[in-house]
Amino acid sequence: MIDRVIAIERILGHIQKEDLVLSTTGMISREVFTTDDRPGNFYMIGSMGLASSFGLGLALLTPEQRTFVLEGDGSALMSMGTLPLIAAERPGNLVHIILDNEAYESTGGQPSISSKVDLAEVGASCGYPSVARVDDIEGLESALLESDASPGPHLILVKAGIAPVEGIARVSHSPTEIRDRFKGSVQGPE
Amino acid sequence: MDAEVFWDVLKARGLTFFAGVPDSTFHKVFNHMVKDPEIRYVPAVREDVALGIASAAHFSGRLGGVIMQNSGIGNIVNPLTSFSLMYKIPALLLVGWRGYGGPPNDAPEHWIMGEKTPEFFDLLKVPYEVLESDNLESALDRLLGAIQEQSVPGALLVRAGVIE
Repeated sequence: MIDRVIAIERILGHIQKEDLVLSTTGMISREVFTTDDRPGNFYMIGSMGLASSFGLGLALLTPEQRTFVLEGDGSALMSMGTLPLIAAERPGNLVHIILDNEAYESTGGQPSISSKVDLAEVGASCGYPSVARVDDIEGLESALLESDASPGPHLILVKAGIAPVEGIARVSHSPTEIRDRFKGSVQGPE
Repeated sequence: MDAEVFWDVLKARGLTFFAGVPDSTFHKVFNHMVKDPEIRYVPAVREDVALGIASAAHFSGRLGGVIMQNSGIGNIVNPLTSFSLMYKIPALLLVGWRGYGGPPNDAPEHWIMGEKTPEFFDLLKVPYEVLESDNLESALDRLLGAIQEQSVPGALLVRAGVIE
């Protein structure tokens, strides 16, 4: 198990300046915001389950940039149909990371079903050309390097522990500020 | 209205990126679309997924479109309220208006949503226009004007038989 906030630090430490990062609702967006608030981050503070489809659209329309989707197990389970869609559309520039703590931590830690259903196996069955299931920092680093080296879409399932960060800030930018600075980070049409 | 004319009018306004879930209202529209290399269509698995994909077009300076049946309106309420309307991200929704006019038109599963379809968009303050066989350019331009002015999604409601 990796503490989720540590995993987020490693992921954000790995990305390049021009990469686009979408983070899902709840604690994940707050942790991304607190760790490295950058214009190329889109904090999806609502619309649970939508990060992967928004990310798919971005990846298809901006093939020169990489899109990283950071979502939780609850979000991935909610929009499970998007997994085969991403695999079928096959955008090589999409890195789909599921931070899987087997719980809905933002709402009080209620268990999800991902302790019984392996989302990496789901991704492999759907046809992602690259799937990694990691439960330590070394594995995560190795999976991120692999995602640099070969075309995606990549699915990285990070088994994360429940480790709430006390007093973590909410995203302080307004929704339209998030939109506009993100738009400024997108390099333009295909 | 001929489906080819429909696409010519949309493409003339830069509308070439779509995601959706099919509806028989758009049967001919789909037939033309799949043969047209200028149109990129992503066959989304749900209407909310389609809206997520289409919304990405805004960030590369375009307007994305969703093709859907009105039975899918329920699936897009949350992404409309906590994504599109909150961040003010525009999109064009092409909505097949099944069950228009209530019983005995169409199948029973369309009767309730058929009656309520405009009310949903009114409630959410999503602008919409109703397509007739002779008003495509005027209805679409009014709708695109509202979408641009308010920076929100807007819906074109299409009844059975209007596009042949």
